[in-house]
Amino acid sequence: MKSILKVLLLSCVTSLAYASGGGDVHLDHVDVDIRDKPSMQRGAAMFTNYCMGCHSLKYSRYERVADDIGIPHNLYEENLIFGDAKIGQLMDIAMAPSMAKGWFGAAPPDLTLISRLRGPNWLYSYLRGFYKDESRPWGVNNVVFKDVGMPHVLVGLQGLCAEKPELGSKAGIDPLSGVVVGAPGCKSFATTGSMEPQEYDAAIRDMVNFLAYVGEPSRLESEDIAPFVLLFLVILFVPAYLLNREYWKDVH
Amino acid sequence: MQKLIQWVDDRLPVVDAFEKHMSKYYAPKNFNVWYFFGSLSLVVLVNQLLTGIWLTMSYNPTAEGAFASVEYIMRDVEFGWLIRLMHSTGASAFFVVVYLHMFRGLMYGSYKKPRELVWIFGMTIYLCLMAEAFLGYLLPWGQMSYWGAQVIVSLFGAIPYVGEDLAQWIRGDYLISGITLNRFFALHVIALPIVLLGLVVLHILALHEVGSNNPDGVEIKKNKDENGIPKDGIPFHPYYTVHDIVALVVFLFVFCVVVFYFPEMNGYFLEKPNFEPANPLKTPEHIAPVWYFTPFYAMLRAITYPLFGVDAKFWGVVVMGAAIAILFVLPWLDRSPVKSIRYKGVMSKVALLIFAVSFVILGVCGALPANEQPSWMAPLFTGLYFAYFLLMPWYTRAEKTKPVPERVTH
Repeated sequence: MKSILKVLLLSCVTSLAYASGGGDVHLDHVDVDIRDKPSMQRGAAMFTNYCMGCHSLKYSRYERVADDIGIPHNLYEENLIFGDAKIGQLMDIAMAPSMAKGWFGAAPPDLTLISRLRGPNWLYSYLRGFYKDESRPWGVNNVVFKDVGMPHVLVGLQGLCAEKPELGSKAGIDPLSGVVVGAPGCKSFATTGSMEPQEYDAAIRDMVNFLAYVGEPSRLESEDIAPFVLLFLVILFVPAYLLNREYWKDVH
Repeated sequence: MQKLIQWVDDRLPVVDAFEKHMSKYYAPKNFNVWYFFGSLSLVVLVNQLLTGIWLTMSYNPTAEGAFASVEYIMRDVEFGWLIRLMHSTGASAFFVVVYLHMFRGLMYGSYKKPRELVWIFGMTIYLCLMAEAFLGYLLPWGQMSYWGAQVIVSLFGAIPYVGEDLAQWIRGDYLISGITLNRFFALHVIALPIVLLGLVVLHILALHEVGSNNPDGVEIKKNKDENGIPKDGIPFHPYYTVHDIVALVVFLFVFCVVVFYFPEMNGYFLEKPNFEPANPLKTPEHIAPVWYFTPFYAMLRAITYPLFGVDAKFWGVVVMGAAIAILFVLPWLDRSPVKSIRYKGVMSKVALLIFAVSFVILGVCGALPANEQPSWMAPLFTGLYFAYFLLMPWYTRAEKTKPVPERVTH
């Protein structure tokens, strides 16, 4: 009965639901704002320092990113471009996929479009979803991406969660005991990191923000010119409507 | 200016052509909103052609370069993102307006004598459009591009005896590869657009020969004044050109809202797995076609049992093919003395409603994974889809129709 209702309901609101099997994992929600330049700058710095050793952004160019998130070219070149890459180049990495495959079991994917493939909520949850699991090669597992091949690169910042962190829940207070229950995040740490949990969450939000921007940089331009295009059409509607009325007023 | 026109006209009948198809083409004056979608589909066609030409300037039709070249268009080409999104949104918009245009035809009996050829050309355009959309979908070379093509081409493999060889001949390889991509590109940008344009010309020529139908289904040519002009007709230009401009502005507004704000349309216009490059070694967990193919995909999956010793998949293909083929013979299935739904009986109205609802529900079934819907759902609505056509000769004759007025109601 539930599935019948689902089909019928979807018939009415097809555009509201994405028809892909997304898995059963609960995700934490993150608000993305690709106009928040300071946030994206922090995200870009974190990505460059912690992720870009293995993950490329090879469809994106340094220069475009620097311009869009508001970092002067010389600063970007000095601090965020390693090796001898020029600012006009694509943000590729030196690690060969074939070697990476040998080290990790699977080559670390390019992340230019990861925010569009997985969605910001997934990324936000994934990067906060690592926990200790000695049965895995790197000693960690992830609640969002089970048996992931990636080590917990940010362990120095977050610390290592001793057990599966709670995701996708909202904190509430148990009315009888007055104890906070269902609070999201990690309950106990096996090792502690340099950041407080809230600090870490904010840093991850910055990085997700940056990746959301990199996934579709044209969104900025698109949303800038859209109001003018739409306004033009609204204005154009007036003479179009009046012209039509003028011609048709004598037709009976 | 007058002299120039005269000069050309002495050598080429431009004035005559303009009069025949525009200023002295008399269209019924009682068109309603349903009559906007013909001219709108022409607009979308032009949009697809123009944006398509510009896309080919930067697109790289190889397995190695296709995905990156689309991202290059989206990022590095000046306004490339806009051109690309107009093309991808245009594909969906094309099907939106064409489906509404076809439904108008079903409602007002526009396929009935003497407009059988108009309908058949239109259906051929629809068929051609589906092929064009399918071929074009492979070009971004994303995961869904690849696996969608893999699934659809493998359907040919279900044909007994020749199937596997045929599928291999279409792919040009043992599986979808750069060779397939290259030939799909050639067909998508050259072969099918030429056929499509030719068919559109035929569709319009045939229409202008017999004249447009209207919501009342009254033949306006039966009532002419002393000059031989239909009393209920009105020159297409300027009356319907100014009329269509209003519709065009409204359409463009909606179109631009989608292009600028919701180009992915929540995964319905641009599917999320397509943001990952094609990988022949990794099958996506749920392969779904783009929304405009989902009703037929549901019919394909609805058949799950083998018959006469032939695989169920083959019968699925047969049912899917029949669902499209049956539209071609529609003019001869409808035996009603009247054209428009306004004057048809209750049974026709109910049948059309069931048909429309079935088509939408099949569309939803086709978009959902097979295990997330009741197994009887797609077969039931496939049956209802066919019942609309197969029972038509009976119910259109058996029902009591209302008298059709002499003149159109305006």
